[in-house]
Amino acid sequence: MPSLSTQTSGAGRKTFLAQHPSVMWFLLALALFTLGVTVLAEATGAGLISTSFVKTLGKTLCLCLVAIAMDVVWGYCGILSLGHMAFFGIGGYAIGMWLMYARTEIIVRDSLLAAPIPPTPQEITDGIGTQIFGVVGSAEFPLIWAFADSFALQLLMVILVPGLLALVFGWLAFRSRVTGVYLSILTQAMTLALSLYLFQNDSGLRGNNGLSGLQNIPGFETVSQDAISIGFFWASAVALGLGYVLFAFVVSGKMGSVVRGIRDNEARVRFLGYHVESYKLFVFTLTAIVAAIAGALYYPQAGIINPAEIAPIASIYLAVWVAIGGRGRLYGAVIGAAFVSLVSSWFTGGGAPDVELGIYTIKWTDWWLVLLGLSFVAVTLFFPQGIGGLFDRLVRNPTPDAEGQK
Amino acid sequence: MKRLLEVSGVSVTFDGFRAINNLSIQIGQPELRAVIGPNGAGKTTFMDIITGKTRPDSGTVTWGEKGVSLLAMSESQIARLGIGRKFQKPTVFEAQTVSENLGLALKNRRGPLDVLMYRRSRRDTARIGEIAEEIGLSAQLARPAGQLSHGQKQWLEIGMLLAQDPQLLLVDEPAAGMTPSEREHTTDLLRRAAETCAVVVVEHDMEFVRRLECKVTVLHEGAVLAEGSLSHVTRNQDVIDVYLGR
Ligand SMILES: Nc1ncnc2c1ncn2[C@@H]1O[C@H](COP(=O)(O)OP(=O)(O)OP(=O)(O)O)[C@@H](O)[C@H]1O
Ligand SMILES: [Mg+2]
Repeated sequence: MPSLSTQTSGAGRKTFLAQHPSVMWFLLALALFTLGVTVLAEATGAGLISTSFVKTLGKTLCLCLVAIAMDVVWGYCGILSLGHMAFFGIGGYAIGMWLMYARTEIIVRDSLLAAPIPPTPQEITDGIGTQIFGVVGSAEFPLIWAFADSFALQLLMVILVPGLLALVFGWLAFRSRVTGVYLSILTQAMTLALSLYLFQNDSGLRGNNGLSGLQNIPGFETVSQDAISIGFFWASAVALGLGYVLFAFVVSGKMGSVVRGIRDNEARVRFLGYHVESYKLFVFTLTAIVAAIAGALYYPQAGIINPAEIAPIASIYLAVWVAIGGRGRLYGAVIGAAFVSLVSSWFTGGGAPDVELGIYTIKWTDWWLVLLGLSFVAVTLFFPQGIGGLFDRLVRNPTPDAEGQK
Repeated sequence: MKRLLEVSGVSVTFDGFRAINNLSIQIGQPELRAVIGPNGAGKTTFMDIITGKTRPDSGTVTWGEKGVSLLAMSESQIARLGIGRKFQKPTVFEAQTVSENLGLALKNRRGPLDVLMYRRSRRDTARIGEIAEEIGLSAQLARPAGQLSHGQKQWLEIGMLLAQDPQLLLVDEPAAGMTPSEREHTTDLLRRAAETCAVVVVEHDMEFVRRLECKVTVLHEGAVLAEGSLSHVTRNQDVIDVYLGR
């Protein structure tokens, strides 16, 4: 075993990536995957992958990003948040408001310009309002749309709104030492309240219609969806790569040590002089913001967002992905999210053939959730480390030195 | 001897049950003090009060020459003042290495941003090496703490206390479950620690307490029954009745 001093001075000179080869491997795999899809896509390559599938893959990358955020908050810090998909949804709504406003503005302006008298700004605003809020019997812009005409401000909202919500919610919950299952229930209540609020027509976000037409990017009307889809795919890949590096940095080193300490024995960390609540708040808020960024990239690829996306079950699925993938390791979350969401879209999209049992036909569109539930139970019982754990056993031979390097 | 900690007239009730009853204890700097008493005497609760885990119903707990009250402070603030605590059940971070465990305890800034940007300096590495040497775990630095023996975990926890450069160490049953030779090592450790800071040791084992050669406080039903040298308190009739004569 190398002596401690050589270990540490060696580590001091090495860069972060060199110290964490798994991060490098992940980035390499992500780059190769991105390249592969690019080469096969309609807009940039051979056209062997359809545009809708490129969108599915791009969306999957966003789900992987929110899954690593979930893994950090749950797998590393031990906070089983069942509300992170709410932050994802808020990110989608925040960017969706600008997309919908800006695109409607172009349409309204064009149609009014055709009229003999040039329109006043008020007329244009009213026109946009009628277009957007007609479905809920209104034409007024609610206050929350105040920044919707500005891309920059609305981007800021993608970060600020979920960030502040997480900060306030987390502060209240952690300060009163709400932990474990009570905290999970509280986060479920938060996401339920949010989705119920959004379902109302007078929420100002078009009730159950949600925001639609998000795949049409204002200013890129002449660009085909083939090209837009690959653009978003790249952006999602970059976001996932950056998110991975960010979280790998956070969960390594001393921060990782404190955070895992909180997961394993919160009181002990407190008696060592760490203000545990601040750490939880930091992790909760940071992961909420990353979840929102993932959502802001996801929904333009999905084209539509509605309150059902924020339903409590969505956040539970997120936890299931991370559990199946293997929590407490970032690549586990990526594997879980990618695997389960792709398999899920294969089953629910009618990709899996029905099973004829004579008296009963198993339609996978109906039975997929049962299968998912059973797999979740099986993983929890037999592979608590998830798919990532199997991967670990294959790849890594656990030596004490490998652990000691941290 | 400077006064370091003063617990005065403290009472705690759990659901109507008086666990601590008008307790007063002073600890000086430096001092080694043993606290003994039968099960349920309130020894652990006494430590809970000092470290902010349990809030007393009445009484005062003051710290240092200036007499700052500890009662309004959070657990982490109290720990940052320099009060370290070892729990009755060894609690180290089993999933982390010995080196990481000690690194967590090292006296450094404790804010999230400081910790995020922290890189282990040569000085810290050297200090971790020193402590590991002291607790006899130099060869185990890179091992996960979960793989250590029970005695080694206890030492690691004591090492984590030392790493905090504390002024007061509260050590709850450090020798429980140890072999005789491990106990001896633990006694040495605590006596050496007491040269630089105040150490309060809760222990059941009389032989262990005897080897500490220090002032002894006997607790019974949440109050001080007797105080003085071990030979003095063991001659006290009350002590014999409630504790030794069992
Ligand atoms: N959180 C609590 N709620 C209710 N009762 C408690 C609580 N903590 C301690 N007690 C009670 O207070 C009394 C003192 O407990 P304490 O743990 O301080 O005893 P102790 O002297 O440390 O005993 P031991 O030698 O067994 O460790 C006991 O009767 C215990 O049951
Ligand atoms: Mg006790």
